[in-house]
Amino acid sequence: MTSRSYDALVFGGGSAGMAAAARIAAAGFSVAVLERERELGGVLNQCIHSGFGLKVFREDLTGPEYAERFCERLSAAPGVEVYLETTAQEVAPPAPGAEAPLTVFGYSRRHGILQLSARAGVLAMGCRERNRGNVGIPGTRPAGVFTAGFAQRVLNIDGYLPGRRAVIVGSGDIGLIMARRLVWAGAEVPGVVEIQSYPSGLTRNVVQCLNDFGIPLHLSHVVSRILGANRVEGVEVSPLEDGVPRLDKTFRLDCDTVLLSVGLLPDTELAKKLGVALNPETGGPLVDAGLQTSVPGVFACGNLLHVHDLVDFVTEESERCGARVAEFLSGDYEQLQHRVAPGANVRYVVPNRYYPGRENRFYLRALVVKNQARLEVRLGGQLAKQRRLPHVQPSEMVSFTLNPAELAGLPAGADQTLEVSIA
Amino acid sequence: MNGTKGRELVCIACPVGCRLRVSQEAGEIRVQGNQCEKGDTYGREELLAPRRVVTATVRLAGSALRRLPVKTHRPLPREHIGALLAEASRLEVQAPVARGQVLLADFLGTGVDLVATRTVPGQTGA
Repeated sequence: MTSRSYDALVFGGGSAGMAAAARIAAAGFSVAVLERERELGGVLNQCIHSGFGLKVFREDLTGPEYAERFCERLSAAPGVEVYLETTAQEVAPPAPGAEAPLTVFGYSRRHGILQLSARAGVLAMGCRERNRGNVGIPGTRPAGVFTAGFAQRVLNIDGYLPGRRAVIVGSGDIGLIMARRLVWAGAEVPGVVEIQSYPSGLTRNVVQCLNDFGIPLHLSHVVSRILGANRVEGVEVSPLEDGVPRLDKTFRLDCDTVLLSVGLLPDTELAKKLGVALNPETGGPLVDAGLQTSVPGVFACGNLLHVHDLVDFVTEESERCGARVAEFLSGDYEQLQHRVAPGANVRYVVPNRYYPGRENRFYLRALVVKNQARLEVRLGGQLAKQRRLPHVQPSEMVSFTLNPAELAGLPAGADQTLEVSIA
Repeated sequence: MNGTKGRELVCIACPVGCRLRVSQEAGEIRVQGNQCEKGDTYGREELLAPRRVVTATVRLAGSALRRLPVKTHRPLPREHIGALLAEASRLEVQAPVARGQVLLADFLGTGVDLVATRTVPGQTGA
């Protein structure tokens, strides 16, 4: 068994892990990055479309281009070791007082069984797709039912067309992107079926991936049955009225493939083994103002923490996470923090604590669809900050920065809880 | 409409997705609702001659990877997208490939190149 020790271990070599690792290494600490795939980059490698990097690089890049820039940054950083095709499997019980209290066991073809120890860890494993079992679509169980991201990998990496005529269930961004991708690859997309009354992907993706091709988007509709014996032959689609499927208004769409784009969930298997407390709203870990989880020295960022719309936000969050890990390793981690609570119309806010004495960056999701909305941040019941939001919807993440100056002179209340709401 | 053409558009230049109102009056195009100049450009182009960045994959030889991801280095007029995709489906590129390497130059005289979007090293035999 190979046994090695580092200052920090980063689990996952996608956009989050690469950004966090580069930042930790830049502060002079040794880092090991564990990546399950043959290459760094994570899901970016299969996202061949453009639209990445507009914030971070001020350029319109494709996923592979964005990933490669961070791979280059990481390989230029001293003190970074990358373990490819390596899976972290088990966690050793924490040894209090040990110099490197975090120990994991992993394996890879090249290294065999690995024992890696560190003083800090970053959870950056990203997320997984919800599947047919999660949404419970009735019908037969023929071949040809895939998650949209899986189909994207099969088409873009492996080079196989997953079907000739695909109905897409759910209007998440990956499903919308795949609608265009399939049409450009010579397949047909007879429709996208969304249970909500609004699209769950970005509006720009509805415009450029559906409207450009005249692909119908059936809002407030459900797939009430999947048809077919060996291969998918079609789906039945029913409109929802007052939350009830109107089976009498059901229509059929012929297809040989069904792609599911019905949401993503943080991949928290390793987090659970570490004993990290999770947030039921995000599915990811609860974190303090420095993105540290309930287990001291274990941090979290990227889609493992909460599912982001844009990789640019993942990078920004993960670089900040890396900077906090470096502070932790240096022994000057800022402990003065107070609670953050979601208020009216807010599903969740990340992180779950804030620094009263330094800059804070927050990400949140709305519970409502609203035009001319307002972001309101309150301390002790009094308004600390407000901002106009021209349009909010649950699928579009809102972010904001809060400075100590904005909290000056406000009544802190008993527990100094900061409340974030949308009006 | 008395020579006035108006359209509601959602800008696709970035994820903000500004809701634009583009109108044309006496040959003058007006874009409203945009938060930056990209929105102005998009609104005008969308009314006169819509363009899109096209991404795809092409066959790759001499590598363990099967497909090479590619893009147009600039948005291509929409009417040429079909022809570009047909041409790309016939392409086979030999590794090694550099990111940004031009695979099809000045497609149909549009000034738009098809370029590789990742680096593929040559096989080392290892």
